[in-house]
Amino acid sequence: MIAGIFALMIAVLTFMALFVHMLIDGMPRLNWDFFTSFPSRRAESAGILSAWVGTTLVMLVTAVAAVPLGIGAGIYLEEYAPKNLFTEIIEINVTNLAGVPSIIYGLLALGLFVYQFSFGQSILSAGLALALLILPVVIVATREAIRAIPVSIREGAYALGATKWQTVSDHLLPYSSAGILTGIIIGLARAIGETAPIITIGALTFIAFLPPSPIKQDFPYISFEWLTAPFTVMPIQMFNWVSRPEEAFQLNAAAAGLVLVVMTLTMNGLAIYLRYRMRKNIKW
Amino acid sequence: MQNHTEQDAGGRIFKSEVKNLSFYYGEFNALKSINMVLHDKKITALIGPSGCGKSTFLRCFNRMHDLYSGNRYEGEIILYPDDVNILAHNVDPIEVRMRISMVFQKPNPFPKSIYENVAYGLRVRGIKQRAILDEKVESALRNSALWDEVKDRLHDLAFNLSGGQQQRLCIARALATDPEILLFDEPTSALDPIATASIEELITDLKSKVTILIVTHNMQQAARVSDYTAYMYLGELIEFNVTDTIFIKPKNKQTEDYITGRFG
Repeated sequence: MIAGIFALMIAVLTFMALFVHMLIDGMPRLNWDFFTSFPSRRAESAGILSAWVGTTLVMLVTAVAAVPLGIGAGIYLEEYAPKNLFTEIIEINVTNLAGVPSIIYGLLALGLFVYQFSFGQSILSAGLALALLILPVVIVATREAIRAIPVSIREGAYALGATKWQTVSDHLLPYSSAGILTGIIIGLARAIGETAPIITIGALTFIAFLPPSPIKQDFPYISFEWLTAPFTVMPIQMFNWVSRPEEAFQLNAAAAGLVLVVMTLTMNGLAIYLRYRMRKNIKW
Repeated sequence: MQNHTEQDAGGRIFKSEVKNLSFYYGEFNALKSINMVLHDKKITALIGPSGCGKSTFLRCFNRMHDLYSGNRYEGEIILYPDDVNILAHNVDPIEVRMRISMVFQKPNPFPKSIYENVAYGLRVRGIKQRAILDEKVESALRNSALWDEVKDRLHDLAFNLSGGQQQRLCIARALATDPEILLFDEPTSALDPIATASIEELITDLKSKVTILIVTHNMQQAARVSDYTAYMYLGELIEFNVTDTIFIKPKNKQTEDYITGRFG
């Protein structure tokens, strides 16, 4: 008990120390220009525009790929898969995938997406790599949320003559949505800070232009050119600045780190709030 | 399939006939060659000590066991008047559940509105017209004696109702689809005495509309509500007769011991 509190204090204090240090260093750099400027050779005019746009677009690809696949796999494993050795091997694998070092996913993505599928060193490749990374999180969250629904609700639906798909779509999915959403957010919060797989794929460290806009003036108004554009993301921008010898760039790195930490904490906070709301509204 | 009514010597109509029904959970033989009948628009109670197979037997009627792998039926449950064996492999369990509804031990409303709970069975059957849904929901709620209590808050969450109201809502949900047989699995075991009394009264009222099979742990309840009673023990049907006969003059010594409280 006391050891637990001690361990917890070490963790919290370490994080607080880091955060405060970053806050002191980075705070003065945080202004509007910092968010709307490209990186520059002059530290005081450098900003994170290309980094946060890149992060946003990569996260979009990650979510679009990982969410339907993860929920689908979770539902399949929980409701449809026959209970046999094959399913069990898949289940163990899914759990183990969560523990694979992220750089391995980077290598896989480099071989598969960048070269084999010729997606290039692009937003698409990066998004898909991170999607693979968070897939186990989404699958496990989906399964746990579905499993938390009492058998009596499931049997109640079947007893009224519902088919398996009606039971899943009318009951299991809606009742587990808050839990699944929590899992998705926690997964994305993890993906947003990942650096290793993105470096492996070959993100640029210095980029002074934005990917083509997804929204166009003329028909058909949306464009997917940005998917194949070169990019950078927040942690890589930070990494780049940290590796510079000049003091001023260290301050930039601290400011970018601050933005990243706040983004992650906000996402985790949202996940906690959703979980709280879910527990309050549905009492089985 | 021919339509004919099956009846006994006294001219009482059968709704269903169970022939040599055995049931297995994997290797475990939970029901052993059961033969009995359900009389049309009558209440039949299943009594017996815990683990005797009453609930297992009840759940054969709507093929609930099909949801879990490793379960196996033997024998037949014939449904009249169309003479169909609902346990046959070519009979879709969903078709069976369309005709035979069930009310569970613990109230299990969906976390939806009162209205949507009752309407769900109709929606599953593809009914979308608002007027039909409204009418069926109202009549089901009236039949389950809940209408007056909830008519002003049909779109409130069902979880906000009391336990007894929730159970009556579950009965309304089961009634909305006009089932031929209504199965009750110890419907009052989670309720207080007042709620229990109202559910019992409701069950008695319902027999003019539907054939009822009820599992109960409570012998007084079986004596109060049922027309026929079956006593089960260790997966076997020991005695099946008119309720009065079972309670006043049971033929079997085992039944008598259970009824008089010598064991159980």
